[in-house]
Amino acid sequence: MRAESEHTDLALPPEIARMRRLAIMPAYNEEGSIGAVIDEIRAFDPDFEIVVVDDGSADRTSKIARARGVHVVTLPFNLGIGAAMQTGFRFARANDFDLAVQIDADGQHDPAELPAVLAPLLAGEADFVVGSRFTGDRAFRSSFTRRLGIRLFALIVSAIARQRLTDTTSGFRAVNRRGIALFAADYPHDYPEVETTVMVVKHRLRVMEAPVRMRERAAGRSSITALRSFYYMFKVLLALFVDLFRPGDAPEEDA
Amino acid sequence: MTPFKVTIIASIVSAVMLGVVFELIRRRRLRERYALIWVMTGIVLLVLALWRHSLSTLAGWIGVKTYPPSVFFAAILLFVLALLLQFSIVLSRLTDQNTTLAQKLALLETEMLERGQRETAGEEPG
Repeated sequence: MRAESEHTDLALPPEIARMRRLAIMPAYNEEGSIGAVIDEIRAFDPDFEIVVVDDGSADRTSKIARARGVHVVTLPFNLGIGAAMQTGFRFARANDFDLAVQIDADGQHDPAELPAVLAPLLAGEADFVVGSRFTGDRAFRSSFTRRLGIRLFALIVSAIARQRLTDTTSGFRAVNRRGIALFAADYPHDYPEVETTVMVVKHRLRVMEAPVRMRERAAGRSSITALRSFYYMFKVLLALFVDLFRPGDAPEEDA
Repeated sequence: MTPFKVTIIASIVSAVMLGVVFELIRRRRLRERYALIWVMTGIVLLVLALWRHSLSTLAGWIGVKTYPPSVFFAAILLFVLALLLQFSIVLSRLTDQNTTLAQKLALLETEMLERGQRETAGEEPG
């Protein structure tokens, strides 16, 4: 769980001090890793507030998080990652945060990569930044079929967005106030990552990718099993296809 | 072989069904999770309608020679039963969740009221 040495020179730019920033951490049975991830974020930037959205875990996820003094929203039963994330964005909007970052509780997302993901937001160049495993020279190892699926989504989303996007399934992402308002109002249900990127484009928010390195999950297993892969592909492709026939939404105003 | 007229009508009906499912998803009246089964159903029906030897061929595979459509009816019946069972499962889950929600809400309300009473009591010492 140690940060790579090459990142130690990366620091958050000074203008971040004026921003109220929130890390949204969706967690489902992550008692094995959540404590370390919270500690890491704090070690990196103590002023980052953290909200753990416990999506109906059966283990001690909420207890461990609460013991560390972060905000914990415990959902009464499992609502799925989409609803859990939207809960986090609603928390961010209700509490008037300027920035919100999604960081998975399984340790995949390295807080040391936060400056890369936040930089375009702080510079006012983007409203929504996705930490990409493919941009730049940082390689990402995964099974061939999984990479193929990720590439297919990237191809389709790039065409819709008229902009080159390489990693639409990444869960390491950050938004500014406009993004928080949009996601608090509307967020897809299952496997939401690909669709949210399209949603953001349709609402004329600016999307950017930032190259990040991701780690192996510290504990737990990926929720993507072979059987679910079919539903994943079907659901996302259907949603993308149907969305082409929806009228363009009006741009979301800063709420 | 299915008469030409029947093929046309069956194809139109299947296509309309797919169209209705599509429109329901577009209007966000149907979640993708539940759309999967209906899109598949629509596609299967459309294939059966367009493939004019489908019924006799499929019935032949199973060994039914006297009345091929009976295979189709049996399959439809099983499918509908499976769907009903699935709906009962979903309904049970929703009922459980609704109970949990009501209990949580009621407990929260009690906690809030009692906290309010404690604070009011604390404000009037002696």
